Amino acid sequence: MNRENAVEVKDLTRTFGSFVAVDRLTLEVGRGTVFGFLGPNGAGKSTTIRMLCGLLLPTSGEGRVAGLDVMTESEAIKRSIGYMSQKFSLYDDLTVEENIDFYAGLYSVPKDRRQERKAWVLEMAGLADKRRTLTRTLAGGWKQRLALGCAVQHEPPILFLDEPTSGVDPLSRRRFWDLIAQMARRGTTVFVTTHYMEEAEYCDELALIYRGKMIARGTPHEVKVLLPDDILEIRVERPFEALERLEASGLVREVALFGGALHAVVGEAGTGAPALARFLEEQGFVVEAIQPVPPSLEDVFVSLIELEDRRNPAGAEE
Amino acid sequence: MNRPALSWIRLAALVRKEFIHISRDPRSLAMAFLMPMILLILFGYAISMDIKTLDLAVYDQDKSAASRQYVEGYQASGYFRVAGSIEDYASARAQLDRGQVHLALVIPSHFARDLEQGRSPKVQVIADGTDANTATIALGYAEAVTNRFSTVRQHATIELAVDNRVRVWYNPDLKSRWFIIPGLIAVIMSVITALLTSLTVSREWESGTMEQLIATPVQPIELFLGKMAPYFVIGVADVLFSVAMGVWVFGVPLRGSFLFLLGVSSMFLVGGLSLGILISTVAKSQLVASQLAMILTFLPAFLLSGFLYSIDNMPRFLQVATHVVQSRYFVDVLKAIFLKASPPRFLAEDLAFLGLFAVVVFVAALRKFKKKLT
Repeated sequence: MNRENAVEVKDLTRTFGSFVAVDRLTLEVGRGTVFGFLGPNGAGKSTTIRMLCGLLLPTSGEGRVAGLDVMTESEAIKRSIGYMSQKFSLYDDLTVEENIDFYAGLYSVPKDRRQERKAWVLEMAGLADKRRTLTRTLAGGWKQRLALGCAVQHEPPILFLDEPTSGVDPLSRRRFWDLIAQMARRGTTVFVTTHYMEEAEYCDELALIYRGKMIARGTPHEVKVLLPDDILEIRVERPFEALERLEASGLVREVALFGGALHAVVGEAGTGAPALARFLEEQGFVVEAIQPVPPSLEDVFVSLIELEDRRNPAGAEE
Repeated sequence: MNRPALSWIRLAALVRKEFIHISRDPRSLAMAFLMPMILLILFGYAISMDIKTLDLAVYDQDKSAASRQYVEGYQASGYFRVAGSIEDYASARAQLDRGQVHLALVIPSHFARDLEQGRSPKVQVIADGTDANTATIALGYAEAVTNRFSTVRQHATIELAVDNRVRVWYNPDLKSRWFIIPGLIAVIMSVITALLTSLTVSREWESGTMEQLIATPVQPIELFLGKMAPYFVIGVADVLFSVAMGVWVFGVPLRGSFLFLLGVSSMFLVGGLSLGILISTVAKSQLVASQLAMILTFLPAFLLSGFLYSIDNMPRFLQVATHVVQSRYFVDVLKAIFLKASPPRFLAEDLAFLGLFAVVVFVAALRKFKKKLT
């Protein structure tokens, strides 16, 4: 075990009956990193995080969290981590303060640290003037930050967050990622799942999981380079019509509307751009601009997932 | 794997949280007190084994002074009311058929003459056997009235070989309420205890909070004790409330030690609450849990606890089966404390079984509960 790694997993597999939820996953997460675990719904993100938190026994493979074995030392793992489940499972009928006190007790936060930690949570979550409010009545963003605060009161070295930003407004999401960045700066390892691809940019490292398998991993920059194709941004009149013609033309791997422009995936920009411009003009469109653009992570993920589907059509939906 | 000992900090946090849950839920709190009250009133008044007055139809074919004296014996006993005189068998049948009378008494025409001549006249008593219990008791009373009449007629000249003087201890008037109410308290409490806790664990599974809970270092034993604590307090309050109703509303004497009663009730509550916890670790939905709790407690408590039906009269295999019915021991102990003022040492076996039940069920719940998702 590498002392620098907070999480190490080798061939981790979990099946439910004949369904393989997580398929031979291998990865390491270094200490103090924000590790983004991305994938569409049902890809196996939650199953993986639950195995790492000692909530679900792996079917096979091995894994270590904080140096502890996920197969045999799950209770010890639970003492060294913070976990925030998908639904921010706070007690609705308890007040903000009561929820904080409850988790402080469960994590045995020392008496002399309690006040200070509570004040920190209230301030961090922006709930200082709402401490006696019933949790039921809080809006999503507040609930989410309160749940985070509850889960980290004991200052765990590793934090697992399962879809922490789902169902929360964009401003709260931004604020939440700021909080995560702060914690990481103080040395906390954050393992976070999300199905919002744009949130990948906030992570130091990424893994993309699809149908139980990891299909890409690296820093955001490394992952962007993984895309074998180029992306052309095309500004054209009547973009909807152009999109349909391009789709039928067989010249592009994929084309989608992006704001007012089209993004087309082509094998190579150098030959692709003039070919597409010629095709569109032949079809009677006026091409205002056509130029290669750097791929967004979302472009990469969509392409990688489609590549995976082409490679392994048996598993694809429909 | 090293298992840290029970943590008082965690336990205190859980107990506090459970108390808050209950205090914010006035409806279930009200149910916890209304339920025993309603059940006690309902069953306390509905179930009675006492026979108040038996209606009697008299077909007196003799119409003599002697036969009238004999019939008066029935009236005078206090158990019978002569509902009317009839003149033929057909009317006797009609009245029994309609359920207007419990008994028909037929006195033959030679009743007085036979008595004069020192022969024993035969009288006929016809009972409505559809309610076998009442019929048995009625026939017993009729026999007693007849014996008494015979003795008086013989002018009590003969010394009786054995003079039996019957005394009934503990419940001299044989009031059925006196033995029903203490047993009823036991039955009601066994239903309530299991029902109260059966929902608590399954509720956390349903709401998703359990996933968060089992990701913390909490120990199952802390979780269970925390969940049982507030319900234990409610349970004790329920027992006190039921006992008070038994004494002041139903007039059952509480002769034994109040402290002993409290102690036994606590033992019983731990077992009953544990059963509810065990149920809720098996049933992952609140609906299934509450149904299981009702089935597992109410029927056995009602039928197999000896509360109404004596265990001694049951077939052998059922008698053996009653040993796993927790309320059986509590029914026994409560009756003994209420009416006989028995000290603990006389009830050692019941107490041992109550303790054993609590321990076995609690340990089973701990074993059944896994800090894992499936």
